[in-house]
Amino acid sequence: MSSPAVAADPQRLERPVVMAARGITKVYGGTRALSGVDFDVRRGSVTALFGENGAGKSTLMKILAGVEQPTTGTLELDGEVVSFGSPVEAVERGVAIIHQELNLCPNLSVVDNLFMGRELTSRSFVDDRRQREEATALLARLEEPIDPRTDVGELRLGQQQVVEIARAISLRARVLVMDEPTSALSAAEVEVLFKVIRELTASGVSVVYISHHLEESLEIADEVVVLRDGALVATAHADEVGLPWIVTNMVGRNPDDLYPVLEPAPREPLLEIRGLDVADPTTPGRLAVEGLDLTVHAGEIVSIYGLMGAGRTELLETLAGRLTAENGTVAVAGHDLTRADIPTRIDHGLALVPEDRQRDGLVQTMSVGGNMSLSSIRRYARRLLLRDADEKRAVGTGMADVTVKAAGASAPIGSLSGGNQQKVVIAKVLLTEPRVLLLDEPARGIDVGAKADIFALMARQAEAGRAVLFATSELGEAMNAAHRVLVMARGRIVREFDPRTVTKEDLMSASDDSGPRADRSADGLVA
Amino acid sequence: MSATATAPSGTRLPQTPPTARRSLSVGPVLLEARAFIALGVIVVIFALLSDTYLTSSNLITMTRHVAINAILALGMLLVILTGGIDLSVGSIVGLSGVVAGVLLQGWEITSLDVILYPQVWAVVLASMAVGTVVGLVNGVLITRFRVAPFIATLGMLYVARGAALLISDGATFPRLGGDPALGNTGFGFLGSGRVLGIPTSIWLMVVAAALVFVLLRKTPFGRWLYATGGNERAAELSGVPVRSVTMRVYMVSGLCAGLVGLIIASELTSAAPQAGESYELNAIAAVVIGGASLSGGRGTVRGALIGAFVIGFLADGLVMVGVSTFWQTVIKGAVIILAVMLDQGEQRLKRARSAAAAAGSVPAPAAPVATGPRS
Repeated sequence: MSSPAVAADPQRLERPVVMAARGITKVYGGTRALSGVDFDVRRGSVTALFGENGAGKSTLMKILAGVEQPTTGTLELDGEVVSFGSPVEAVERGVAIIHQELNLCPNLSVVDNLFMGRELTSRSFVDDRRQREEATALLARLEEPIDPRTDVGELRLGQQQVVEIARAISLRARVLVMDEPTSALSAAEVEVLFKVIRELTASGVSVVYISHHLEESLEIADEVVVLRDGALVATAHADEVGLPWIVTNMVGRNPDDLYPVLEPAPREPLLEIRGLDVADPTTPGRLAVEGLDLTVHAGEIVSIYGLMGAGRTELLETLAGRLTAENGTVAVAGHDLTRADIPTRIDHGLALVPEDRQRDGLVQTMSVGGNMSLSSIRRYARRLLLRDADEKRAVGTGMADVTVKAAGASAPIGSLSGGNQQKVVIAKVLLTEPRVLLLDEPARGIDVGAKADIFALMARQAEAGRAVLFATSELGEAMNAAHRVLVMARGRIVREFDPRTVTKEDLMSASDDSGPRADRSADGLVA
Repeated sequence: MSATATAPSGTRLPQTPPTARRSLSVGPVLLEARAFIALGVIVVIFALLSDTYLTSSNLITMTRHVAINAILALGMLLVILTGGIDLSVGSIVGLSGVVAGVLLQGWEITSLDVILYPQVWAVVLASMAVGTVVGLVNGVLITRFRVAPFIATLGMLYVARGAALLISDGATFPRLGGDPALGNTGFGFLGSGRVLGIPTSIWLMVVAAALVFVLLRKTPFGRWLYATGGNERAAELSGVPVRSVTMRVYMVSGLCAGLVGLIIASELTSAAPQAGESYELNAIAAVVIGGASLSGGRGTVRGALIGAFVIGFLADGLVMVGVSTFWQTVIKGAVIILAVMLDQGEQRLKRARSAAAAAGSVPAPAAPVATGPRS
C-alpha cells in the first residue's frame, strides 16, 4: 500500500539519518535484553521493527524515547550524541512515543487528556476554548468524531487508542515511536491512522512502528528491521521482502509450520446454541449478539472471524457465564446451561480462555501453579482439606501439556513471558477437563513460537474429542487453524466458509460492518 | 528457560536456575524475618529499660492483651485478603458484650412478664451469633447491593455502636459473674480462666490462628480468597464463587469480633457499650504490619500474628517505661508507617528480581539460536 510517490522515489537510500542508535546494549540485572544494536531512523520514512516477544523491541523503543537508558552505547540525533534522562527530555528534543499500554486518565475528558501537563493557558488560566478547538481539529484529522468533552472512560478501547495517538501527534515530534498503536483499532481506524502516518512522513516526520500484526506493519513500512534475542538480525527495504522473509528471520524457521495439520471427522454435536440474544454491556438498548444459532461438534475446531464490535467476545463471555443471555438457549451435550452460573458451566465442561489475560485470565499475586489449579481446585480436596500431592501432580501435568517455560510451579506468574502466561491460562482451563473449549483471541500478543504451540494444542484437544470454538481478528488464524470458519458481523453469524477454499478477500468482505460502524460513531457523539 | 517441565534442554540449565531460585526465596524470607526482627528489637529494648518486662507473668499479661487484637486481626486478615476492609469490628465488640450483659443479667420480656436467664453456653453462642449476623449484613450490602466495603462497614460501625447503646441505654452491665441459684455462673472463665496455667484468651487466639491457617493454606476456600483479592474478574471467570467467598469472610470477621466482645466482657465481668472503640484500627494495623496488601491477595496468618505482637508488646512496653500516652500514640503511628514503607521497598525489590528472572529467560537461548530446538 505504499503510495506511488514513495515507491517512485529512487533516492530513498540517501535519505538522511535523523536518529541513530549505536551499539546499544541494555542489561537488566544480570541479563541482556539488547546487545550491540545499531539502528537508523531516516527522515520521512516508516521503520517497522519486527521480533518475537522478548526479542527486545519494546526495550529499544523505550531507550529511543528516553523511558530507559542504555547500559552501553549511544543515541545520536542529527549526528550529535544525546542522552535522554526522561521521556520529557526526549519530547523536548522532538522524540515522542505512543505507548503500548494506554496512558490516559479515564476520569478526565478527551481535551484534558490531550493537553495533560502542557495545558494551553491565557494569563495563567487554562484556555478551555482554544484547547477544545485544537482537540476537535486533531480528532477530525484522525476522522474520529468524538466530542472532546467526553470523559475518556466512556470511550471504547479503540477510541481511547485514537486519543493516545492524537496526543502524540500533537507533540509535533520529528521522530514518532509507535508501540502497538493499532491493537484495539478497527480496520477502518487503521486505514485512517495509516493515512495520517503517510501525511506525517510526507512532511518529514520519521515513524518507528511496532505491531504484532505483521502484514499491517509491512504495509506501512518503508524500512524493515528484525530483532531476535536482543540482537539485530536483518534489515531491508519493505518492498524487497515479504512476510515469509520476516517470519523466517524472527524465528529462524518456516512460517508454514505455524499451523498444525487438522484431522477431519467431526462427531456428535457437543455445543448447541439456539436463538441467542445478548445485550451489549456497554450500550444500553443494543444487542451485541442477535438470534445466533451455532452447533459445534466433538472433535471439531470452529473459528469465528470478525471485526471489533462484531459480538465475538460477547458471544464467548455469554457461553462462559460472564454475561447473561436475553433469549435463546445454550446446551452442552444435551444439558441446558442457559441460566447456569460459572462454576456449574465449568462442571459441565464449558470453560473460556479469555481475550484479556491480564484482566480476566490471571491472578497476578499468585504463583504459576496457583493460577493453574484455580479452576479445578475442588478436585484436589478430600473432606475439605487440599491434598497437596494431588494438586502438585495436576499442575505438573498441566505444565507438561502446554509446555510452559517457567522456573517452576512456585514462580510468580509475572515472571513469565506473554506466551507462557497464556499457556498457563489454557492449562488452567484444561485441568477442568472441558468438553467444549472456548478461546477468545488465543494467540494475541504472544510470539510466533508460542502461537504454533497453542494451535497445535487446540488440534490435540479436538483429536481427543473436545469441541473447540475460538474467536480471532487475524485472518490467517481464522483460515488455517479450524475445520470451519464462521464470520460474525453485527452480532450475527453472516457467513460460513470451508477453510480449504476460503480466501482472505472472502472473509474481509463478509465481515465488513460498515452499517453499525456509523451507529457507533453516532453513539460516541451522544456520549 | 530454566526448569522446563517437559523439555529438559540440557546444557544451559546449570547457569540460570540457581539465580532464579535464589531470587524467589530470599525476598519472602527477608520479609518475614523483618517483622520478627522488629519484635525482637522491641523486646530487647524494653527488657533493658524495665526489669519486669521479661518476667513470665508480664509476658502472659501482655500476650493476653495481644490475644484480643490478634483475634480481631485474624478476621480482618481474611477480609483484607479479598481486597475489602471491615471498620465495624470495634462496634461489634461492644454490641456482642452488651448482648451477653443483657442475657446474663436476665432478659426481661415484659409482654410475657418473665425474665429469662440463659445458660452461659447459650449466652456465648448468642453473642457470637450477633457478631456473625452483623458481618452477614456487611456481606449482603457489599456483594448484593454493591456498596463499597469501606462505606458499608463504616455505616455499620455507627449502626452497631448505636445498637449497643440502645440495648444498654448507655449504661454498663456490671457483675456478670452469674448466680449459682440461676445456674448461669462461669462466664468469667473466658476472660480470667486458665488452662494448663495459660489464660483462656491466649488459647482462643492459638486455636483461632490454627483454624485460619488451615483455612488459608489447606482448603479450596483459602485459595478462592487469595484469588478473589488478587483479581476478582479472573477469579470469577475461573469458577470461584466470589460473592459467597466475600460474604463469608465478613461473617467470620463478625464472628471473631463477637468472640472478642465476650472475652473483654468476661475479663472485666462487666459489659460497657463503649467497649472496643477504635479496635478496628489496631486490627488493620496488625494485618498491615504483617505484610498484607490492602489491595488484596497478599498476607499471611503468621504476619498478622506478628503484627499484633509488635503493636501489643510496644504499647505495653511504653506504658511500663512510663512514656506519656500522647507519645505512645505518636510512636504507634510512626511504627505502622515505617512497617509499610519497608514492605513497599521489599516488594519493589522482589518485583525487580522477578523481572530480572523473566528477562533472564530471554537471552539464555541467544547463543545457540542457530541450533535451537525449533530451527
